Amino acid sequence: MSKIETISAPTGNDDAPKLKREMPKWAITTMSVSVVILAWEFFGRDVNPIFGSYPTAISVAFWKLLVSGQLLAALTQSLKAFVVGYGLSVLIGVPLGLLIGRSRFLEAAIGVFITGAYAMPLVALVPLLVLWMGLGFAVKACVVFLMAVFPIVINTWLGVRAVPKTLIEVGKSFVASDFTILRRIVLPATIPYIMAGIKLAVGRGVVAMVIAEFFTAISGLGAIIINAANAFDTARMFVPVIVLMVLATMLNSFVGWIERKVAPWQVELSGRDEG
Amino acid sequence: MSDASTGQVSMSDVSKTFTLKVDGQIQIVPALKSVNFDVKQAEIVTLIGPSGCGKTTALRILMGLETASRGKVTVGGKQVNGCGYDRGLVFQHAELLPWLTAAQNVMFGLEMKGMRGAELRDTALRYLDLVGLKDAANRRPYQLSGGMKQRVGIARALAIDPEVLLMDEPFGALDAQTRETLQGELLDIQARTKKTIIFVTHDLDEAVLLADRIIVMRAGSIQETIQVPLQRPRGNLGALRGTAEFAEARYKVWKALHGAEAVH
Ligand SMILES: Nc1ncnc2c1ncn2[C@@H]1O[C@H](COP(=O)(O)OP(=O)(O)O)[C@@H](O)[C@H]1O
Ligand SMILES: [Mg+2]
Repeated sequence: MSKIETISAPTGNDDAPKLKREMPKWAITTMSVSVVILAWEFFGRDVNPIFGSYPTAISVAFWKLLVSGQLLAALTQSLKAFVVGYGLSVLIGVPLGLLIGRSRFLEAAIGVFITGAYAMPLVALVPLLVLWMGLGFAVKACVVFLMAVFPIVINTWLGVRAVPKTLIEVGKSFVASDFTILRRIVLPATIPYIMAGIKLAVGRGVVAMVIAEFFTAISGLGAIIINAANAFDTARMFVPVIVLMVLATMLNSFVGWIERKVAPWQVELSGRDEG
Repeated sequence: MSDASTGQVSMSDVSKTFTLKVDGQIQIVPALKSVNFDVKQAEIVTLIGPSGCGKTTALRILMGLETASRGKVTVGGKQVNGCGYDRGLVFQHAELLPWLTAAQNVMFGLEMKGMRGAELRDTALRYLDLVGLKDAANRRPYQLSGGMKQRVGIARALAIDPEVLLMDEPFGALDAQTRETLQGELLDIQARTKKTIIFVTHDLDEAVLLADRIIVMRAGSIQETIQVPLQRPRGNLGALRGTAEFAEARYKVWKALHGAEAVH
């Protein structure tokens, strides 16, 4: 989206602005997606509909689920839990990562739990969480939170460790307090890492949500998947899967868009073309 | 406030050792060995010496970013204990905050000092003007050349109105022409503001052009202190380079730098 504008070119000896004629990224993506869908349609038709499915069959199933109102109802149920769990993981994960990264004590005291918990086989613990919290909304939000929060904490923490010491010393040389250094220097310098963690957490949060719904099995998109699979209705089973993939991709782009809003200098520094 | 006997900035018998671990072995690196010097109010002193001789360490101790292992450091008669607004540091690579504009970078220091409101931006713009950057006030660091960044760094340090300006090879990474321009501007600014300046460099010409006095360092100690017999204001620095006084002072420093072995 953003164009790099050169204000009053300091060299002054280049004849004319050279515009690069390159295919926009969205066009490349559209083409690659189209190719995959077409290939899937072409080869998928030969497969027994219990073992696989193909785009047109999935579209029909999608339409049926949509007009019956089931899809939207399930989507709302799932998204509510996702939004709460994911939102909490950002709200708690970022400050926690900042603190661990800045404090030698906290890093030694709780860093080990964070790295351990990141690798935790959460699936194994879901039944236990269900025992504690029941089958409702709370357990879903909790599972999403537990899956999403650790990559955010770890990325933020790594980001803080990567802040150049000299930038911290700029703060010190103006007698800034530790908290001011954290807020005015460490936080902005860490934004690219934070955003990477937040993006990573989208995928993990979506997976967590579906896992939680498999276990609770009575609501949301996960329930549609389980019920369709039990009925050997493979096309129908693919509908929530694809809806979730599309949603996660959209959420990722949204986070990227926010990043460019809050940290426009970062795009310029890395010279990435976000078009 | 500074009493005449000790000068405005003074280091007496200052030593600094770093302890570091290399391949599991503890090494003790003596960075400064019993360093003594005084700097008078409004004086410009340059520290020169080969890389690793302790120039940066001395400056960081004066700034309060590092503590001396031994000895006494005072600025304005007060013992140095951490950073303070009586000292402004200009970093080797400017170290501007990349997410702030030039003006906001200057405002950062002022805000830390407690300034608020309309006065904040006005003051920042006044100092950007002083370093000739008023038109670039709203540019971010990546839109500035190396010389412009360093000007912002100088404005940021000057804006808090410190008594002493500490500069660590601030022009070392610039091309010769930009460096000469900035040297002239620094002298002009010093003439107007009467700041005390301690300036680290490894460039012989720069050391002589700027200094009232040159401290030649070697392996953590002061090798020699050389008075520069050129009057102030220095006028045209280009013309000054052609004078016999300049050549003589430059040769003295060269000899001190190269030690006894280079002379015979
Ligand atoms: N933080 C540090 N830890 C360990 N050794 C250091 C540190 N800073 C400087 N030194 C050592 O102290 C000596 C002086 O360094 P420095 O003051 O940076 O020299 P200069 O600025 O003159 O090049 C060098 O031998 C350097 O390796
Ligand atoms: Mg140095």
